[in-house]
Amino acid sequence: MNKRFLVFLSSRKSWTLPYIIFSAIFVVIPLFLIVVYAFTDDNGHLTLANFQKFFEHPEAINTFVYSIGIAIITTLVCLLLGYPAAWILSNSKLNRSKTMVVLFILPMWVNILVRTLATVALFDFFSIPLGEGALIFGMVYNFVPFMIYPIYNTLQKMDHSYIEAAQDLGANPLQVFLKAVLPLSMPGVMSGIMMVFMPTISTFAIAELLTMNNIKLFGTTIQENINNSMWNYGAALSLIMLLLIAATSLFSTDDKDNSNEGGGLW
Amino acid sequence: MVKKIFAQAYLWILLLLLYSPIVIIVIYSFTEAKVLGNWTGFSTKLYTSLFTTGTHHSLMNALINTITIALLAATASTLLGSVAAIGIFNLKSRSRKAISFVNSIPVLNGDIITGISLFLLFVSLGITQGYTTVVLAHITFCTPYVVLSVLPRLKQMNPNIYEAALDLGATPMQALWKVIVPEIRPGMISGFMLALTLSIDDFAVTVFTIGNQGLETLSTYIYADARKGGLTPELRPLSAIIFVVVLALLIVINYRAGKAKKK
Repeated sequence: MNKRFLVFLSSRKSWTLPYIIFSAIFVVIPLFLIVVYAFTDDNGHLTLANFQKFFEHPEAINTFVYSIGIAIITTLVCLLLGYPAAWILSNSKLNRSKTMVVLFILPMWVNILVRTLATVALFDFFSIPLGEGALIFGMVYNFVPFMIYPIYNTLQKMDHSYIEAAQDLGANPLQVFLKAVLPLSMPGVMSGIMMVFMPTISTFAIAELLTMNNIKLFGTTIQENINNSMWNYGAALSLIMLLLIAATSLFSTDDKDNSNEGGGLW
Repeated sequence: MVKKIFAQAYLWILLLLLYSPIVIIVIYSFTEAKVLGNWTGFSTKLYTSLFTTGTHHSLMNALINTITIALLAATASTLLGSVAAIGIFNLKSRSRKAISFVNSIPVLNGDIITGISLFLLFVSLGITQGYTTVVLAHITFCTPYVVLSVLPRLKQMNPNIYEAALDLGATPMQALWKVIVPEIRPGMISGFMLALTLSIDDFAVTVFTIGNQGLETLSTYIYADARKGGLTPELRPLSAIIFVVVLALLIVINYRAGKAKKK
């Protein structure tokens, strides 16, 4: 037994051990704690009161639904703006410059709060009122690079003979797009949607800054509760968001191995 | 031809939209006005005041904290993630899938969930939150990205080279150091860079793990400042500098990557 353990330790497999221990402490147990806190009250007694409170609170539910709505609109606008951009960037007939691609991804590396404040400054500059429109524009501005990059990646790896085949077989440009290009780029679209929808649904500070506290999103509600020491209720709200995230990721199952094969940006 | 002009115009309009706020910040970093949008003549006063010791003590402290936290977290997660990736690569398919799933949790999760879950962990353990907890939290969400950028390198590697090194008399440790590490180094570097930028950019996880001992990173500083209503004017030159540095860094990295590919 002892010997077998030593064999394990001397093999490469044991190199996962530090990470397994680390993940257990900092990923698995904390998630478990969210569940524990969500189903208990201040004294540690098992209860459903936290969820009851959510479902009996029209304000909380409204914020939740509203946040999903904003996230869906933001994701759609990002897709509509980002897809053509990704397509142009990946098309060697229309764009040959790699620098152009870098320019589009670059804003991802600027602090998100700085970017948001810059957007607020821009609205101020043109005296555009800070409301719903500003919120959606600001979110789109923040997240559109996350839509462009994965779509660009899949479009670039796409086998162009499919397009030629479709053209040879008499498809018009619209048919080529709908029947060949779009289905082939679906993995990129899906991961783009994930990369935009997830952060927009869980964002908090950005909405506050963009609307001068006029519009509250679900993330803000969670943060306020945690800050006001309502940990159990906050945990219950987090669990609801977690379930939403899990549902979304199940909805867009594509094999992750494929999309990560590229090895990142550089 | 018309199509090309149209396509290029679309790209440029989108870029203009994306960059206009940043451009405005840079332009208004060269004037003294307290409120962004007021132009009171060209001046570099904000730049000098940013670097005058004493005047913007807390802002500079926040910047230093942000950078040291990012360096610590990125270094630790690069080591942890690379070692883990080598281990995962040698695992059987089923256990590999299990670890990959756990690895993807922090990537898929919203920042706010990661932040709150870690907050609850530290609170339940009775740990005072501060510098250490922020670094630990950053390692938590950075390491998966390192694993994800090192693993493809290992998959692409020719396993025969490693065997050859052993046949030629290298100890497993030597073979690792002389064969595997050089092969995965690009993945480690991009993982490190990714970890660095993620850590610097992070707000949601930091705000839940930073505690109330007065510790500030750039993100929490900006947030607190913006909430008070007025933004410290010195943030403009600071953002401008950060943007230019990041821009220069990315251009250099891409230039190098481009050259390496041509070889």
